[in-house]
Amino acid sequence: MDRVPILKLGDLLLVSIQVDLDDQSALALQEDLAQRIVNDSAHGVLIDITALEIVDSFIGRMLSTIASISAVLDAETVVVGMRPAVAITLVELGLSLGGVRTALNVDKGLAMLQRRTTIRE
Amino acid sequence: MSDLEEVEITCDDDVVRVRQAVRAIAVAAGLSLVDQTKIVTAASEIARNTLLYAGGGVAQLELVDEPPSRRGVRATFVDDGPGIRDVDQAMTDGFTSGNGLGLGLSGARRLSDEFTIESTVGAGTRVCIAKWSR
Amino acid sequence: MLCPMANDGGTAARVGSMLRANREQLLGRWVQLIDEALRGRLTTPEIEGDCAPLLDAFAAALESGALTRHEGFDQARAMLSELARDRARMGFSPSETAATVFALKQAALDVLDVDSEYVALSTIVDDLALFTFESYVAARETVIGELAEQLLELSTPVIKLWDGVLAVPLVGTLDSARTQVVMEKLLQTLVDTGCDHAIIDITGVPAVDTQVAQHLLKTVVAARLMGAECVISGIRPQIAQTIVALGIEFGDIATKATLADALKLAIGAGTGAVDGNRSAS
Repeated sequence: MDRVPILKLGDLLLVSIQVDLDDQSALALQEDLAQRIVNDSAHGVLIDITALEIVDSFIGRMLSTIASISAVLDAETVVVGMRPAVAITLVELGLSLGGVRTALNVDKGLAMLQRRTTIRE
Repeated sequence: MSDLEEVEITCDDDVVRVRQAVRAIAVAAGLSLVDQTKIVTAASEIARNTLLYAGGGVAQLELVDEPPSRRGVRATFVDDGPGIRDVDQAMTDGFTSGNGLGLGLSGARRLSDEFTIESTVGAGTRVCIAKWSR
Repeated sequence: MLCPMANDGGTAARVGSMLRANREQLLGRWVQLIDEALRGRLTTPEIEGDCAPLLDAFAAALESGALTRHEGFDQARAMLSELARDRARMGFSPSETAATVFALKQAALDVLDVDSEYVALSTIVDDLALFTFESYVAARETVIGELAEQLLELSTPVIKLWDGVLAVPLVGTLDSARTQVVMEKLLQTLVDTGCDHAIIDITGVPAVDTQVAQHLLKTVVAARLMGAECVISGIRPQIAQTIVALGIEFGDIATKATLADALKLAIGAGTGAVDGNRSAS
């Protein structure tokens, strides 16, 4: 099992998923993030899936769950870098990733999160 | 014509192994990137079902090469788990309730060019998916 | 399989020996005949380069008693396939290509005493020439396939219309295959350019069927999953009627009558006026 590293940037948490995640690692990420949001008083989570070639129903649900848990903990989540082939497959799979905000890349994702935190203040 | 590659499915890591093996065959069969992604995702769904609902099983993967027109990847998942009582229902129900089993099956069917499923309660299940290169 | 001649290895062997025994003469005459037919489009050394190995391969295969569609002829047939492929790519006609093989018969007639071996050789050559023809056709189909693909590529342009705005002006009848190509190209371009708005303009599309409409909708949903918004513009009255009649739901996907209106919407959204704008009008 690989533990996905979580980086802190101001009051944001950054996660870059580089490997094909097995289910255990995905669950571990979920838990780790929840813990870190609280520990670091984070208000935003950016998940970079640029390197993910496959997003199946489990990973998809993981992303939705992370977004929901974060919201409860008063943090916004943005998923960035979804590949076209992955997006097309998710549509065919019927997974809508409801509740998950997305952006094309890290820059736009950060901008989106920063806008929200500014409004908040 | 085609060699059968077997991957035992007994733990989480094996689901990843199945994905990687199917990807390799899909590439060798000349499938487009989108088609590769679809069939690997479909295989991931079925492999996970095999692990979670049957307690494990085996994936039989092959590069199909039947000239002049058929070339692609075929994956058969076999288990001797509890079986599915009502397959049709499992494939429509699970989807809306977000229950893993149904979503995986119906999703995999939509992603594949061919999809067959046989299941006997108390004996086991066999799911076969395939994708052809255009 | 397609060899109507004596299924007789003995005759084949005799033909093979005859070919080998008269190699120089046969080769010379064969090359000469082809040279005359092609009128300089290939040089003599080039023709000889094709024919010499072929003649040797035929002789060897026949001497071993093999018939044209048997394993023993594999090498000869492979060489013929290559010849056919090359000629197809060079633009020679099917007849010219097959004639190259048929000329061996004439060469034999000119150079040797005609007898039963000739008849057998005749049948052998006919079948080989037919095989060459089949290979040629297969090669042409491949060329046609490649051209079709290139055409598809050219007819599906994705244009950067403005900062952060892509446009896909679709023109002509859309079929499932073409729509899918466009879908994939648009999504990839969104990533490559970092544009988060796209306008799919169908002013130039006379009709849309269920499949195409579904593909368009899936494209929009996929783009949204990636973090980009699409607007569909230029929907003609007839198409709007078809869509409603088919019961296709556009949901909250934005549509605009003209490309210009769509551009205004996209630019407005881009300046951050409305986040993840979803207005449909």
